[in-house]
Amino acid sequence: MTATNDRRVLLEANGITKVFGSGAGEVMPLKGIDLKLYAGELTLLMGPSGSGKTTLLSILGCILSPTKGSLVVADNSTEGRDAEGLANIRRQHVGFVFQGYNLFPTMTARENVMLALDVRSRPVVDPPTHALNALKAVGLGHRANAYPAKLSGGEKQRVAIARALAGAPSVILADEPTAALDAENGRAVMQLLSEVAKDPSRAVLAVTHDHRTLAYADRIVRIEDGKIHSDERPNKSAAQGYDAGHDAHAIQSAPAATAPDDKPSTPSKTFGGRFRIRRHA
Amino acid sequence: MQAHANVMSLAADELQGKPKTVKMAAKLAYRNLFHDRLSLIVTLTGIVFSVVLVAVQCGLYIGSERMIAAMLDQSNGDLWVVPLGTKSFDDPSLLIGHEKYSVLSTTGVAGSEELVVGFAAWRKPKGGTTAVLLVGSDHQQGSLKPWNLTQGNLGDLDAPFTVAADDTYFKDLGIDKIGDTSEINGVRVRIAAVTHGIRSFTTLPYVFTSLKQARMLLDAGSNQASYTLVSVAPGADIETVRQDLIDRLQDREILTQQEFRNRSVDYWLFQTGAGSALIAGAALGMIVGVVIVAQTLYSSTKDHINEFATLRALGASAGYIHKVILIQAMLSAVVGYGIGMVLSMLVIWASKDTTLYIVMTPGLALLLFALTIGMCAIAAVSAIFKVTRIDPAGVFSR
Repeated sequence: MTATNDRRVLLEANGITKVFGSGAGEVMPLKGIDLKLYAGELTLLMGPSGSGKTTLLSILGCILSPTKGSLVVADNSTEGRDAEGLANIRRQHVGFVFQGYNLFPTMTARENVMLALDVRSRPVVDPPTHALNALKAVGLGHRANAYPAKLSGGEKQRVAIARALAGAPSVILADEPTAALDAENGRAVMQLLSEVAKDPSRAVLAVTHDHRTLAYADRIVRIEDGKIHSDERPNKSAAQGYDAGHDAHAIQSAPAATAPDDKPSTPSKTFGGRFRIRRHA
Repeated sequence: MQAHANVMSLAADELQGKPKTVKMAAKLAYRNLFHDRLSLIVTLTGIVFSVVLVAVQCGLYIGSERMIAAMLDQSNGDLWVVPLGTKSFDDPSLLIGHEKYSVLSTTGVAGSEELVVGFAAWRKPKGGTTAVLLVGSDHQQGSLKPWNLTQGNLGDLDAPFTVAADDTYFKDLGIDKIGDTSEINGVRVRIAAVTHGIRSFTTLPYVFTSLKQARMLLDAGSNQASYTLVSVAPGADIETVRQDLIDRLQDREILTQQEFRNRSVDYWLFQTGAGSALIAGAALGMIVGVVIVAQTLYSSTKDHINEFATLRALGASAGYIHKVILIQAMLSAVVGYGIGMVLSMLVIWASKDTTLYIVMTPGLALLLFALTIGMCAIAAVSAIFKVTRIDPAGVFSR
């Protein structure tokens, strides 16, 4: 993987343009997006409705193909890949967290994680224990045998994060992970994602409208009208987000000096093994 | 958020022991299938209906074939001399006469046996008449004799004016038990023996009697027979013997046992359309089954479309998703087949003493299982087509 100033680039998008429809019905939600995601960072992708966030997320997650531009995920170019080829990259390198959780209602929390291992064709020594450990990592070891209907929204989203972690993907993409959650659960999920992002072998990108999540961001990318409007690395010491319960627009940001590809900030903490979640004080 | 107390490394799990692949597709298919009980019941109803219908139709077909060929299967002749144009065993007329002696004087023939078969009027003891098929044969030396005797014995049929009847048709014949008397073509006869399970495809009861008695009751000449069976001597070539017989017996047909059997079965099952109706019924059962299962599988797939889209978004290959649907179809097939077979056996058991002859053989059971699996696999195609067109991008911002 590409190394940039001690940080690996796990996902690199260049000149991503997407056009839907043709003629009078043509829509161009993305107009030449350049973006790199670095290992060990939680990047928030923000922007107004219709700005192209979800389309960009779909392309970065190898679900959609760009009309123009190139995408490399964990050193795998998506160019020329058909639907199965893209699915293979997703399977090997991308984990998703969805706004609506998208858990399988007929399967327990543990089985949801095991299903992801199966889909990823990821052999493990003891699949049930592996899945249980993934749930323990998100604080849900005691709910391993619960069905989604018996879990709260926050618990469901944490199961979804455990599922995204299963198989150790390089990139985790979250779509509005806190949108359906109350403040307490939203905070829990963002703390978790921020811990997940500290793994030096993984990058996390979350699309969000929720300004209270800004406090957890290592980097904030704003998109408007299909173009990147700003790329900032906030001063997290000033962040208050969920804890203050006010509009986190107040967070002091350190605007990216120049282009989005500039050297990213060094993470405040370094975590050991993959999937390792640390105790919080 | 409460702090997590767990400090762990999933990666470390993978370093100890031999890794195993996780197999969850079958579990997902099972859960999808059994989660929606109503849909499951509809699916199983369709399969069970189809299995029972096909089992009964195919069982009737096999039963019909056995009934048509029953007399031939019980006989033991290498060649049959039959009147020209005979359509089946149950379509008898009389030969010219003296065929037995012509046969016996033919080189390569070891023996000969005569059968006299003909329609007769059976007058019921309490009034009323019905038609029967009278079968006269040599009960001592011949190969065709009443079988499955439940009362009386073959020796009793040597007495004058005695017959053997099958208890399946007692009600049709207006009799109750051995010893009852009736009239055949105006001649009084006594039931001297009772058989069980010798059913007739034409629904006309078989009534057995001696060769001499049959000739008398059917007003046949003393040298006349309906069929003459030929036993070819060991080492003799059947085709050569047949050719010799064809040369010697003009205006008769010389058939092998298998040819006569095939001709009889072909006539009743296909020329009369009876068999075609059974086959059409079975095919209809299959089609109904396919349609019902396809409809419910498609509906189930639609109900779970978000989950399949999620699987696709997680990176599942199209093959993986197809596998889930196919396993769902196969589980439905196995459960539906099991229930369907139990019901089919109940139907067969309930009809065992009736004139309806339904047969279940291991081969038919296997064929039904294969058909059920095939039916459900075909039914899964529409569901597979549906998931193939899933847009995984739909999982975002629902």
